[in-house]
Amino acid sequence: MSRIGIDVGGTNTDAVLLEGGKVLAALKRPTTVDVADGVRRALVDLVATAAGHPALGRIEAVMIGTTHFTNAVVERRHLDRVAALRIGLPANAGLPPFIGWPKDLAAAMRGSVHMVGGGHEYDGRVLVPLGRGAVRREAERIAESGIRSVAITSVFSPLTDACEREAADIVREVMPTARITLSHEIGRIGLLERENAALLNAGLQGLAQRTAAAFVRALRDSGIAAPLYLTQNDGTIVQAAVAERHPVYCFASGPTNSMRGAAFLSGLADALVVDVGGTTTDVGSLKGGFPRQANAMVEIGGVRTLFRMPDLISIGLGGGTEIADDGRRIGPGSVGFRLPEKALCFGGDTLTATDIAVAAGRIALGEPGLVGRLPGPLVADSLLHMERMVAEVVDRMKTDAAPVPLIAVGGGSFLVPDRMEGVSQVVRIEHHAVANAVGAAIAQVSGEVDRIFSGVERDAALEDARREATRRAIEAGADANSVQTLDMEDIPIAYLPGNARRVRVRVIGEIARLAG
Amino acid sequence: MPRFLDSEELDLLAIGAWILGTGGGGSPYASHLVARQFYEDGGRIALLDPDELADDDVVAVVSTMGAPLVFQERMTDAAFALKPVRIMEAFLGRPFRAVMTVEIGGCNAFQPLLVAAASGLPVVDADAMGRAYPEAQMQTFSIAGLQMAPHVVSDIRDNDVIIPTASGWQEMERVRRKVCTEYGSVATTCQAPRTGAEVKRHAVLRSLSQAIALGREVRRAKTAHEDPVEATVAAGGGKRLFTGKVMDVQRRTTEGFLRGSLSLAGLGDDTGASFDIAFQNEFTIGRRDGAVIVTTPDLICVLDSISGEAIGTESLRYGQRVTVIALPSQPIHRSAEGLRHVGPRAFGHDVDFHSVFGEEPA
Repeated sequence: MSRIGIDVGGTNTDAVLLEGGKVLAALKRPTTVDVADGVRRALVDLVATAAGHPALGRIEAVMIGTTHFTNAVVERRHLDRVAALRIGLPANAGLPPFIGWPKDLAAAMRGSVHMVGGGHEYDGRVLVPLGRGAVRREAERIAESGIRSVAITSVFSPLTDACEREAADIVREVMPTARITLSHEIGRIGLLERENAALLNAGLQGLAQRTAAAFVRALRDSGIAAPLYLTQNDGTIVQAAVAERHPVYCFASGPTNSMRGAAFLSGLADALVVDVGGTTTDVGSLKGGFPRQANAMVEIGGVRTLFRMPDLISIGLGGGTEIADDGRRIGPGSVGFRLPEKALCFGGDTLTATDIAVAAGRIALGEPGLVGRLPGPLVADSLLHMERMVAEVVDRMKTDAAPVPLIAVGGGSFLVPDRMEGVSQVVRIEHHAVANAVGAAIAQVSGEVDRIFSGVERDAALEDARREATRRAIEAGADANSVQTLDMEDIPIAYLPGNARRVRVRVIGEIARLAG
Repeated sequence: MPRFLDSEELDLLAIGAWILGTGGGGSPYASHLVARQFYEDGGRIALLDPDELADDDVVAVVSTMGAPLVFQERMTDAAFALKPVRIMEAFLGRPFRAVMTVEIGGCNAFQPLLVAAASGLPVVDADAMGRAYPEAQMQTFSIAGLQMAPHVVSDIRDNDVIIPTASGWQEMERVRRKVCTEYGSVATTCQAPRTGAEVKRHAVLRSLSQAIALGREVRRAKTAHEDPVEATVAAGGGKRLFTGKVMDVQRRTTEGFLRGSLSLAGLGDDTGASFDIAFQNEFTIGRRDGAVIVTTPDLICVLDSISGEAIGTESLRYGQRVTVIALPSQPIHRSAEGLRHVGPRAFGHDVDFHSVFGEEPA
């Protein structure tokens, strides 16, 4: 069975046809304002490119990774107004929902704010009983205001989700068609950051529904009859219908897909990955073939959030980076996707990182004669400077001093030096420029749990968490027989009694074969 | 006359207090947001110089205590900060003149500001540590031998405990820890009331202003594209001790504390050298190539070498580029009694204290 992987980036939409671990066809097309239109064109061209290949007749799934939802937040467009329902009074009254948000984003998304009594303690005890009557009254107010997206957040809900579920039932009784996001399904311990992620999610669900529907139409228009999946920021996929409920999980899928693709194409499961694009260089760490997750808060469009995101470091260095002051200043400006018209080697007027690499003989691009007169010391110095920038960001991503392999991907990967301190080997791979689309094509389904357990033996806590994560993976479309544990960690917690520990478990499985 | 803090000073206080947290004390983020929201809604908070206190004025000493992880779900707010203060007033039968924090390092720098927001009381420009320390008996009022009671510990619900008497600071600390745990590991406190005379004699004076000045210097340096680490050193009268990258971090939780150590490898002028720091919530001792060169009560701060931002012991990780600096300690912490409470031996390091600033024990 074959798969099609698509990565919709800000500049290019990449597509690959993959079967039996081989890339049968790959292409890049410009991303269009209507992203589904770019997807449709890429699909049509991919089918044309692979015309006659039997793999086209046995496409099992199409996986799309898209930056569309992140961009909507960053650009404050296509967002729905959200009613925030927070359960936790008498605690937390001083920091209401939407606090600390950039004013323009709050103006676009803040519908109304509702706070009621309820919530739990870290050890599962009730903080105060849920104010069911208050929830109903607030739901009626929301219904009257015409807002249809509701984000519900309760104190310590990642530990005990009862209040959020019960409140959702009440809201649904009052507003049967409401789009409801429950914070415990999105984020971790850290109420404001989890609530922020839930609010963003609620405000994106409408866009996610429209986008998924447009992708489905694009698939149909290109004559492909296969189920559609969207890739998430942990390198896994979900059925489009599930992604519609949790669009925030699609946020950082681009870099994640690159890293997963790099792992697949190189055959390395534990390595660092450096992805050099036109404007930025992203570095991440692969563990067991998946990106390591960030433990810290991540800002999206100026909002602090805390949910599963790849641990990435980005710097402003890419193939289009502008070189100024006779090589003394590297970036941060970039010609980006205008490289083919702006770079000296293509007859343009701007000295870029690509021109330096061409002059140094690193790559053959454009017209080498056009950069032939660049002074030797300028070329050598700026190349050295750029290589040092890459080496430093790679080193910052490492978790210990032991040497590790480094996989270089992306159109600008010629800027990655062959030798670096702390790197055992720089791995260069075929199809590195479409690693992200390959990453989308090979995605699997996951389930995750992040909870505090107290008063329970360690083994029992881990087992309990693993069972719950498996249930979530199956719900997201995994084949129950293929589910394996990917990550399991537990951290003892300072100051808390009762042998309290925070347990995080992630499991992963192949997508369940769908009928038809 | 008290003066009103302006809203920029709130931001600067958050920066300075996090540096003075010396790795612990909890992030001021949420408390800072509460204060900022109060200002956006038109409120103002008055700062009172300690000299403006009459000797027989009574000052409320306040804090939030508990597990930093729980603070992330049950955040502090102004009403919760005020509650133990009102209960103490009822217990004493007289109103407070002003409010002050027990520690200027970390999130507690904002605790009296929250009380002020809810009550209109002015905030005294002083604290009882000059930094952050993990336990109540490490404050200057304890070192000076003042009373530790009465002490109020409040829950967000209708639960409050008054400890009218205690046989010692450490006994009081043990009892209130238990109470705090039963509350869900977060509580607000109103500690033993202090007279104006006691504050002026035994507190660390004008420490809010100093924290704000520190924050201001860091921000100015960043805006001017100068080195914010150098600016912090200059503003705090400190010393740069080491520049390097994090090679290893070890953490364990014992007896309710986050203990561990941090290893750095030198960069730049320090290339070839190593530096190790031990912590118990806060950084307690630093060794260069194995030799002790800095210990508590000198303030040991680990800053991001580029941004100048302080890094908490919980967010250290391999590869970070950091600079270790020392800031001078309070004279009372360098006294014989002070060193008994907060010197290197109080944190299990069998060495004598020698200040990197040449200030020998008093």
